[in-house]
Amino acid sequence: MAAISTVPSAGPISGSRSFLNRLRDGDEIARLITFLFAGSVVLVTVLLIFELWRESVLPRHKFGLHFLFTRVWDPIADQFGALPFIYGTLVTATVSLVIAVPLGIGAAIFLAELAPARLSDALEFFIDLLAAVPSVIYGLLGVFIVVPLMRDYVQPALKNTLGFLPLFTGPAYGIGFLTAGIVLAIMVIPYIISVSREVLMSVPRDQREAALGLGSTRWESTWKVVVPFARTGIMGSIFLALARALGETMAVTMVIGNTPTISASLLSPGYSIAAVIANEFTEATGDLYLQALIELGLVLFLLTFLLNGMARLLIVLTSQRGGGTVNA
Amino acid sequence: MKRIAGSFLAALTVVLTVVVFAHAALSINGAGATFPYPMYSKWFDEYQKKNPSVQINYQSIGSGGGIKQVTEGTVDFGASDGPMNDEQLKAFQEKHGFGILHFPTVLGAVVPTYNIPGVTSALNFTPDALAGIFLGKITKWNDPTIAGANKGVSLPGNDIVVVHRSDGSGTTYVWTDYLSKVSDEWKNKVGKGTSVNWPVGLGGKGNEGVTGQIKNAPNSIGYVELIYAVSNNIPYGSVKNSSGAFVKADLTSVSAAAAAAAKTMPDDFRVSITDPPGKTAYPIASFTWLLIPEKFSDAAKRDAIKGFLTWMLADGQGYAEQLSYAKLPKEVVAKEEKALAKVQ
Amino acid sequence: MSPRLRWRKFVSGFMLTMTGVCALVAVSALFFILGYLVYHGGTSINWSFFTKLPKPVGEAGGGMANAIVGSAKLLLLASLLGVPVGFMGAIYLAEFSGSKVAFVVRYAADLLNGVPSIVIGIFAYSLVVLPFKHFSTLAGGFALGLMMIPITLRSTEEFLLAVPRALREAAMALGASKWKTIATVIVPAAYRGILTAVLLAFARVAGETAPLLFTAFGNRFWSPGWNQPTASLPVMIFTYAVAPYDDWHRQAWAAGLVLLGLILVINIIARAILARGIAVPRA
Repeated sequence: MAAISTVPSAGPISGSRSFLNRLRDGDEIARLITFLFAGSVVLVTVLLIFELWRESVLPRHKFGLHFLFTRVWDPIADQFGALPFIYGTLVTATVSLVIAVPLGIGAAIFLAELAPARLSDALEFFIDLLAAVPSVIYGLLGVFIVVPLMRDYVQPALKNTLGFLPLFTGPAYGIGFLTAGIVLAIMVIPYIISVSREVLMSVPRDQREAALGLGSTRWESTWKVVVPFARTGIMGSIFLALARALGETMAVTMVIGNTPTISASLLSPGYSIAAVIANEFTEATGDLYLQALIELGLVLFLLTFLLNGMARLLIVLTSQRGGGTVNA
Repeated sequence: MKRIAGSFLAALTVVLTVVVFAHAALSINGAGATFPYPMYSKWFDEYQKKNPSVQINYQSIGSGGGIKQVTEGTVDFGASDGPMNDEQLKAFQEKHGFGILHFPTVLGAVVPTYNIPGVTSALNFTPDALAGIFLGKITKWNDPTIAGANKGVSLPGNDIVVVHRSDGSGTTYVWTDYLSKVSDEWKNKVGKGTSVNWPVGLGGKGNEGVTGQIKNAPNSIGYVELIYAVSNNIPYGSVKNSSGAFVKADLTSVSAAAAAAAKTMPDDFRVSITDPPGKTAYPIASFTWLLIPEKFSDAAKRDAIKGFLTWMLADGQGYAEQLSYAKLPKEVVAKEEKALAKVQ
Repeated sequence: MSPRLRWRKFVSGFMLTMTGVCALVAVSALFFILGYLVYHGGTSINWSFFTKLPKPVGEAGGGMANAIVGSAKLLLLASLLGVPVGFMGAIYLAEFSGSKVAFVVRYAADLLNGVPSIVIGIFAYSLVVLPFKHFSTLAGGFALGLMMIPITLRSTEEFLLAVPRALREAAMALGASKWKTIATVIVPAAYRGILTAVLLAFARVAGETAPLLFTAFGNRFWSPGWNQPTASLPVMIFTYAVAPYDDWHRQAWAAGLVLLGLILVINIIARAILARGIAVPRA
């Protein structure tokens, strides 16, 4: 026993010592304690999923899968359907990506390829700060700045020019899918920029130089060689942005209009899963109502879970191919 | 570096402990209606000044929230302008083993407020107009049903933006209760409740949210408690009552609405006074209730709440009128004072 | 120069300029946000904002003293939960675990990280609020702490793993046991990164609103102890912003400025700490 204390234990020890004997060894205690903490993380996560599943049993039994496809949300008649909220969540996330992805990738290209290193680092610093701004502050700005802008200028302009499209019909309230999408876009751009920039910067120099050597213009070498090389990392950043946009609560609930509507028009008010939970959770009288909201939470959790899974799969697939960077 | 961090943390803990324990008053939590929130926040503030050892924290989350949280037991009392229905009373009884009592506090009015560019006067609304607008059948401000009652006002041909509550609301209950009484179509299509399936409109959270929406959206109309329209300087309309007169909500017309019910008040105080008889009565008025459990396990809390209720029925009523709420009728006050004994 | 080449050169110049425009738009967003907050909030911040309690509805004046203290209490609780669990868990992952267990723990942490904050609020409500029959600072702190765990865990693990092997081997050669190595060599070497991770996690949850809506609830007065509902800066901003009172709007701007200022300062400090170097071997 005396000799053992001078040799540090390395990994799992053979079972020749009893548990209590091992416990006297400081390393084993440390291992046990830290294991308990690490294990508690797993425990809490499992408990969370379990609670979500258990506390949504009533609507799951009553509605089954129809819950996902029913439009009606009527607390009085005890009819609950998730479709308007799933629709709103997906629409606002899509709008935000449509705006944020081109802007974000464009900015990342600029920062990675064109800007001198000091400027690039400085701007990246500011963009990281943008990522730290909390959701409720975006909501504050949304309510007082974006909504009036939308209502008085942008939405009427859209209606006048593109009003023939079903996308831009209906009164210009200022709030609605489009406004929520715009606020979300501002929120997720920093994620796209910082991850894409990193990925672009790690593309080996010789790729660019080879393209330029073959006579391509700066833009062509960037767009046709460097960006495709960094494709996976960029896709990863988009998934990250999407996951954030789906789960966003405060900023959305302050500008989306809080009406469970399904409408082709982006000017229409709507509702998202996170927003309805935030608004109605404290007042859901009756077990079915409350559990329907919890089931919505479960649906949202599954959505983000699937997305994260797809992102990981993407990374694994393309890192095996060898092209693109291995960025978890 | 570590020593600085350590001593900073220690100092912080000391400060926080002092702050935390220096304010160790008896803390009572309530939640519910936004309809009487201006009144309640004034009352609880005044009461705390007179009784510094009692702190009544009220959160305005909507009547639906009040009913729910008091049933769950996460707050000590609730507040609602839509009285609890039999099912909800039963649920409370089953959960706790004892019942819950309604105590009316003040009378308020739900008014139709609007934001129409160019229109600053008080419009006249017939029951048909209100039902039609909220059903989505009347879509433009210059519709004949509205214009017919407002000769002399030039109404624009703009689309009406309807605003309703997105949360479970007693104000919604009062409004839909009224519409169900005056419009069969509303009664059959939508019904009354704290949360209904609205045919049209945007949702705002709380009376505050609806007022905010109306202030910001031109051509909008919504329903809010009187004080919210008054304190935010937005115009509100008169409503035609059962005797055919267009009445604007104020202390007199609201008191008149309660006059008939005051004499026939049931023992549990749950009564609806929308669309009442009376030439001067405002048709969309309501009592608002505090929901107090019958038994309290904590004697200190029970005494504090009973103390507040006693004060509320006497001195508290004096604060009502400056906030545009009408005082309780004398008969009701007397009845409530007797009912206080039921709280144990 | 052929016309085709001229065109390609034009496209190149044009598109690259466009990327510059994109970057400009993105960065100006930040400056707009800060600018508006400073303008609207700066004019509304006064001494009473920091020292007074909220006034009854509709009355002007009043402040957010209780919300500031409430947020401080909530964040203290969150750190007490999030930092030790994340830190110790990271040590386990970096120093002790086998790869299978490590995979499970990391996966669980990533999963927890991806849970939308409103769902964390639901979880905290059913776990802490319902059984105790109280909205409370405890419940709010628990929810925020849960959110801190994965952030601290993953970042700390990364920084621990980045400590050079040479340090560990040197300690081993000198006869130190594993836990001694960790406590006296590895953690101090990685302390900058760990501190940064903790600060960033802290800043992240400082601004969270959704999980507090049905855990900490709200309070117009001081919240005594830890078992009562409490006001917090983010929730006050939300409540005041959607209300119709102008005075409340001004206070919401002021609160927004204070909150954002706090978060940005923490972020800048964290990055400054990190920039001075990681895993500096001690002499």
